Amino acid sequence: MSEAKPVGGKVFTGPFLFFLVITLIGIFFLGKRFMFGIGAVTNMNDGFPWGIWITYDVVVGTAFACGGYSMALLVYVFNNGEYHPLVRPALLASMFGYTLAGVSVFIDIGRYWHIYNVFLPWFTNFNSILLEVALCIAAYIAVLWIEFSPAFLEAKSGTKSKVNKLLIFFIALGILLPTMHQSSLGSLMILAGNKLSPLWWTPMLPLIFLISAITMGYTVVIFESTVSALGFKRRLETDILAKLSLVIPILLIIFLVIRFGDLLMRGHFGLAFSGTLQGNMFLLENILHILPLVILASATNRKNAKMLFLSACSLMLGGLLFRFNTYLIGFDPGTGWHYFPAIGEQFITYSIISAEILLYMIFVKKLPVLSSHGQARA
Amino acid sequence: MKCRESDFEKIPSGVSRRDFLKVCTATAVYMGLPASFGPKIAEAATAAKKRPPVIWLSGQECTGCTEALLRTSHPTLEHLILDLIALDYAETLNTGAGHQAEEYRAKSIEENKGKFILVCEGSIPVKDGGIYCKIAGKPVLEILKETAPKAAAVIAIGSCATWGGVPSAEPNPTGATPVYKILEGTGIPVINIPGCPPNGYNFLSTVLYYVTFKKLPALDDKLRPKFAYGRLIHENCERRPHFDAGRFAEQFGDEGHLNGYCLYKLGCKGPETYNNCSTLRFNDMGTWPVNTGHPCFGCSEEGVGFNIPLHTPAEVKNVTPGAVQTPINVDHGGGISPGAAALAGVVAGGILGAGAVAMKKIDQEEKKQD
Amino acid sequence: MKIKRRDFLKGAAGCGVLAAVGQPSLAEAKKKERLPGALGFLYDSTLCIGCQACMVGCKKANDMPVESSDLLPIWENPRDLSAKTINIIKKYEDGTGKNKDQEADGFAYVKRQCMHCTDPGCVSACPVSAMRKNPDTGVVTYNKDACIGCRYCQVACPFNIPKFEWESAFPQIVKCQLCSHLLAKGEIPGCCSSCPTGATVFGNTNELLAEAKRRRQMEPGKYYDFPVASIDSGKTFSQKAARYIPQIYGESEVGGTQVLMLAGVPFSKLGLPELPEKSYASTAESIQHTLYKGMIAPIVVLAGLYYFVNSSQKDTD
Repeated sequence: MSEAKPVGGKVFTGPFLFFLVITLIGIFFLGKRFMFGIGAVTNMNDGFPWGIWITYDVVVGTAFACGGYSMALLVYVFNNGEYHPLVRPALLASMFGYTLAGVSVFIDIGRYWHIYNVFLPWFTNFNSILLEVALCIAAYIAVLWIEFSPAFLEAKSGTKSKVNKLLIFFIALGILLPTMHQSSLGSLMILAGNKLSPLWWTPMLPLIFLISAITMGYTVVIFESTVSALGFKRRLETDILAKLSLVIPILLIIFLVIRFGDLLMRGHFGLAFSGTLQGNMFLLENILHILPLVILASATNRKNAKMLFLSACSLMLGGLLFRFNTYLIGFDPGTGWHYFPAIGEQFITYSIISAEILLYMIFVKKLPVLSSHGQARA
Repeated sequence: MKCRESDFEKIPSGVSRRDFLKVCTATAVYMGLPASFGPKIAEAATAAKKRPPVIWLSGQECTGCTEALLRTSHPTLEHLILDLIALDYAETLNTGAGHQAEEYRAKSIEENKGKFILVCEGSIPVKDGGIYCKIAGKPVLEILKETAPKAAAVIAIGSCATWGGVPSAEPNPTGATPVYKILEGTGIPVINIPGCPPNGYNFLSTVLYYVTFKKLPALDDKLRPKFAYGRLIHENCERRPHFDAGRFAEQFGDEGHLNGYCLYKLGCKGPETYNNCSTLRFNDMGTWPVNTGHPCFGCSEEGVGFNIPLHTPAEVKNVTPGAVQTPINVDHGGGISPGAAALAGVVAGGILGAGAVAMKKIDQEEKKQD
Repeated sequence: MKIKRRDFLKGAAGCGVLAAVGQPSLAEAKKKERLPGALGFLYDSTLCIGCQACMVGCKKANDMPVESSDLLPIWENPRDLSAKTINIIKKYEDGTGKNKDQEADGFAYVKRQCMHCTDPGCVSACPVSAMRKNPDTGVVTYNKDACIGCRYCQVACPFNIPKFEWESAFPQIVKCQLCSHLLAKGEIPGCCSSCPTGATVFGNTNELLAEAKRRRQMEPGKYYDFPVASIDSGKTFSQKAARYIPQIYGESEVGGTQVLMLAGVPFSKLGLPELPEKSYASTAESIQHTLYKGMIAPIVVLAGLYYFVNSSQKDTD
């Protein structure tokens, strides 16, 4: 098995500066948000209390950050050490994804100076799904940093550290926690009840969200590996990704069977063809799920880097749309409420994504993250 | 205090031209006509060789309507009946009496056939052939039926004449009936000026309108002139702000009552009574029931005054709900703005473009790796 | 390296556990019953005259700021419920809009404020118990010292009641708390005490429900006595009964609410959502409680995962 090594190279490259500028613009709007209130930079309102900050930065962001979770599930639970080289970059992306989701939550909540109340036993409400999500995500962020800590140690000492019992516990916890909160991110919207279109409102939401999140995890690993290869001028890891990608159609079939079966059983399938924005978005969402299923069902396509990348993009968009649909597009509080993210609001989200990319660039260049066999081509 | 001479000088026996024009202009304003109509009214009232003749019949009434009319000061009654109209017969004001008066009435009706205005005060009993109200031995029902077809128009003054009023209250022993019902189907134009009593100026304005334009003023579905009865008392009430702010007198003499709060809870019928009392007021001194602290009791509204108990809260009427209330569905904005849409578009386009570029690069990479 | 049959089965077993955890079990949660001491009010749209005195009474009782909008250039004219307005009268209008409480060519008023649900979504949603249901009166209150401003209560409220101070750097959630501060002094809520017609009557919800049922039996057009201010105030007004639609809104919606409504036009026209009898909170909580009861399932799963991770590490070593 190949060892992970720092990529090295200059930190201040063209793309780095581009993302830095976006991050700085976002920081300007952040200042505005903290000085004048959330309404000063966002279009969020009493009808749509959650905007893209929750939907993208937290719900989609953590789903994209499920690479670490999905890979850990594959490597440790299904005992498939072959994929070990993919674990650490996935873990790094997860770490940033989740950490920045945590930061987003801090930006998004109105009374952020009370955020510690979540941890105070006399305030906790164990009926609250959000409490579970908050505690799980907080714990998982900590776990991710601990799981990733060997990279720091290796960078310092230059030797590969042994996995000890304590770390095994954290790896196990690192699988349990996302299972809990990724499903709960679905349960959250059960309370939206009548405000959420029946195309998305179902008591099955937790299960659908969980399966989707795991699928997204593998997808993101493929995406990330391909983009890293292109970005850092490394070898494409098509061989290993081809094997990994077999998981995706299986998960997609489970996902789609539950999704459509549930919809048909509840008798709301007709809404999909109502011609409304919601109906069309539902169709688009599922086309984006079915397309990769069709592509990846074929073994030749799975070995084709282009096809792999195409299906990964399609599925990521599909997963993104599924979450946007559940949290925003399918959500209709009625009586004249509208929502479209304002410029400042969008910029804060873009800056969070940019910050994530920036950090990923720095970490990959300075720490042993990517496996060394990719570096053969220079 | 000793009255000064000049106080009395203001009451003219003969009206100066200037005063007269002022009266006519004021009348025009009451009716919602432009002030420039004042001279026109003056012309109509004086230019005609003969002043418009008026026959004033009395049914079951209390003379309250006449009394209220007597208290008008611009014009004063004598000016009205001597200069503006020719009041040829009115039981309360007749100088003559008995056969003399009856003969003069018959003569005037014959002479002015089709030209005179017939004013009816009081309700008309119809039970038992109308025997409960007779004038000169003749039921007023018959007098009305004989006279009305010869009149140019009939004005029913007061609530009794317009919808039965006090005499028609349960159990209505005389079969008191409003004038318009008796004349129903005859095609004779009827104008209702309800009120107990009605404001003298509402009557006066109606007469002068007819004299000036030779047609009836615009009437509502209950035959009331719209210029006077177009709005609810509630709409222009001086206590309305208290109503809107939820400040009510709960009992007579309580804190709210002393503070002049809204009288709705004491049973004020202003919210269901169409009249102009709250703006025109009475007796030329700005008084009316509500500003003395008593709730309106809906005297001029059919089915309200003398029908609904004095302190039962009114059924608030509005032709349409007020504009102040917000509709069920309000647009809250927060929708898509061009800038935000453009930004999102640029980013989405950028991502798709980057995807396409990446696909191309993969091709190149694969070729290199092969 | 190929997936070994043994490992695959092990993994599949692990997945089975996960799936069992993830699978929502729809065990019927115990339906929350209306408290015997539940306080609320009955709003009778047919008695409402749209005077908005309750809005003034509410602002006065709660010391709320005025709110002006572009609706009309006047001092106080909120467009909708907001962080400055927690009680509002809205109008329904159709066609000529001339007949009160008539669906076609008519108009009707509706009062909107917190419904004080028997099983409130906001209370279930709030991670820090800032939204609480008083165990005696059932009044849903807000505690700003606990609130983190996550706004999940807004998402979870079927009536869109909790409002957020969007324009403030130090915002709060604002909602009707049934004038709890006045109830503590033995007074009644501002909207009820200021209502001139008895359209809003304060009282015990169970008594109010009986009153609502009485009104439903009334013969339209006849005069009846209607209580004013509060159901036990002893003060009544004699008024004409209107034609009610049979539904008593809040009797069973989302498990029942402590505020009840009567109207002459369908409630869907008055902007009130059509809701099931089962509260969304109970659906969500039954899923959540099945998964996390006593944290047993997560601990079992964690133990299993530890075993798998440990053995996989041994394999690679």
